[in-house]
Amino acid sequence: MTTRITIDPVTRIEGHLRIDCEINGGKVSKAWSSGQMWRGIESIVQGKDPREVWLYTQRICGVCTTVHAIASVRSVENALGMEIPLNAQYIRNLMVAAHAIQDHLVHFYHLSALDWVDVTSALKADPKKTAALAQNSSSWPLHSTQVFSDAQQRLKAFADTGQMGIFTNGYWGHPAMRLSPEVNLLATTHYLQALEVQRKANMIVSILGGKTPHIQNLAVGGVANAINTDSPATLTMERLYYVKTLIDDLGKFINEVYFKDVCAIGAAYADWTAIGAGVKNYLAVPDLPIDGKGIACLLPGGYLPGGDFAKFHPIRSLQDEYFQKGVHESVKHSWYQGEWTRHPWEEETKPEYTDFQDNGKYSWVKAPTFYGQPAQVGPLANVLVMYAAGHEPTRKYTELALNTVGSQLGQKLSVDALHSTIGRHAARAVRAAVLYEALQSQWHNLIENIGTGDAKTFVRPEFPKGEVKGVGYHEAPRGVLSHWVVIKDAKVKNYQAVVPSTWNSGPRNGQDVPGPYEASLIGTPIADPQRPLEVLRTVHSFDPCLACAIHLTDTEHQEIVEVRAA
Amino acid sequence: MNILVLGVGNLLMQDEGVGVRALEALEARFLIPPAVELLDGGTAGLELLNQLACRDALIIVDAVNSGRPPGTVVRFEGEQVPAVFRKKISPHQLGISDLLAVARLTDLLPQHVVLFGVQPAQLGTGLELSPQVAGVLEEVTLLIALELASFGADLVPKSAAPAPVLTPSGKGAPPVRLSCRLPA
Repeated sequence: MTTRITIDPVTRIEGHLRIDCEINGGKVSKAWSSGQMWRGIESIVQGKDPREVWLYTQRICGVCTTVHAIASVRSVENALGMEIPLNAQYIRNLMVAAHAIQDHLVHFYHLSALDWVDVTSALKADPKKTAALAQNSSSWPLHSTQVFSDAQQRLKAFADTGQMGIFTNGYWGHPAMRLSPEVNLLATTHYLQALEVQRKANMIVSILGGKTPHIQNLAVGGVANAINTDSPATLTMERLYYVKTLIDDLGKFINEVYFKDVCAIGAAYADWTAIGAGVKNYLAVPDLPIDGKGIACLLPGGYLPGGDFAKFHPIRSLQDEYFQKGVHESVKHSWYQGEWTRHPWEEETKPEYTDFQDNGKYSWVKAPTFYGQPAQVGPLANVLVMYAAGHEPTRKYTELALNTVGSQLGQKLSVDALHSTIGRHAARAVRAAVLYEALQSQWHNLIENIGTGDAKTFVRPEFPKGEVKGVGYHEAPRGVLSHWVVIKDAKVKNYQAVVPSTWNSGPRNGQDVPGPYEASLIGTPIADPQRPLEVLRTVHSFDPCLACAIHLTDTEHQEIVEVRAA
Repeated sequence: MNILVLGVGNLLMQDEGVGVRALEALEARFLIPPAVELLDGGTAGLELLNQLACRDALIIVDAVNSGRPPGTVVRFEGEQVPAVFRKKISPHQLGISDLLAVARLTDLLPQHVVLFGVQPAQLGTGLELSPQVAGVLEEVTLLIALELASFGADLVPKSAAPAPVLTPSGKGAPPVRLSCRLPA
């Protein structure tokens, strides 16, 4: 018998993602990923001044405002062949790295840990035993019996109000939950502490960007921060040193808490290193440019077809045509007119809604391909690509994670374990550790450059008569983000954003090949089709966010977990 | 008093952005005293937690589906506010609902929380408000100003011409039509 389950919505934050699975013999046999909202940013920015487009694109998504702003200014700078001041690159790098760390912390603790951690079990834990366990493995200072006891009391009081709110989506007591009460309390306490720590990452973005959630300091040609080490109205040394203390604090939490929690969960759920791989073509773009043109980047990018290191193809700079030529999108299974597969510069956005057709059109998300193949993007793709490129910090932290989990399991783990649901969490923790080192290096670069007397942050863009095209890309927290702009006579003629969740949540493509979410679910064991926690674990491991992939059309959207036999 | 006025919504989706538009209108019309910060929260959620720290009062302005005619303004306060977002009658239910829950859990929730909601008419892709919602923007602006005055933060009009004088007691309040109702 085949059971069909529909989970809608999948995410607890914004976004409307629907997942349908057919289950046969206790395993997922077919899956469909469908974006339930329509996006139309492209039509809004047509005819606008290209220097202002970033102000609109950062509204595409509520969570990733900064990344859409960065990709947009890069696309215009790319079209104009601009070189921007070093200070501007460093300040942008600090903002994007801090933003990414904040995203990774929030994703792990607040958006997905509860797929693995049972809060109700934490209420039964012995705080003293929890403290002993924690102090044994970590030098984080907030690990006393008192801290765990307080956290437990706080959770109890919260649970007693009957408004579990943030915790309501948990599948408490599910047979697939298997941490001890003490480990559950440890992780839940870190859930609370991470709420405080993520604020520090947010403050770095605020200080440099002027405000969050919508940064104000970007400009095509650089940043609008005036650097004057004496004037209090500008970016002073005092502010920069405050940023440094925030960076240091983030580092302690990432290395002593986040990284270790992910390893502990990886060891407890080691079977999940064999579940959820899906599409093993990995795509990541280089980022954190350290020269004016974006030729040299701190983090390497590339394409890793089939997860095969021997076939690794680097993407070397923000100008590399290998990326520009490889990207296409198909609407064969998406609610747009036609069945075309096109390059983003040639696309149009004309909606055509049908109902949900298993073999026809069933999603507002288009299906992107890289040289004709679906590709997985995100921290796992980023880490595997950087590993393949021989990036030292990535190798160091990847080995550390594999060895830590391996020693807890009493076996040697290879990089292959990362092609999995739990591997995506591990890769995100590795990436956070790498980004923390990048924050330190970019902070030092900025200070040293200012020390040479260079206070330049902006060059004025000049728009030619006629048509120019550009692409701006960014290795965002959820993966490869690219903005494609066609400018004619200093106005936007066409604009497309190919966002990370489009790569991962895309439907079947022009050749009917499933996208990464869909492929990753095939073969997933389902203990209880009425409570499909396992499906959520895999989909959540991608850090799904469809606020930018698609757009709201229905405010009366019902929350349903529909299960039916077919 | 330290007060945050948080405009919530997506500017790219017409009436969805009314919360943010109301703040723009407020800032265009009044001088904002140092005790008050206006923040365009967009469609963010947890990212806003930092902004709630050390506030005495939080005023949220958002598009809220109260089942009433387009342009109707509703006001909620205290415990009613998280309930509105939990019941999913705002398009941002998840982000703001999580934010308020987490703020409570971490003791960052301001003592006073007020929500002004405007019933949207059009939620298509576009930068313009519908005529129905654009028509109540002034009313919403003055309601926020009155609310701020009740917290002791008087707003001074930028131009003396048609703007009302606002006092902490609300006396001398503008002769606006209050479609604002408290739910039962």
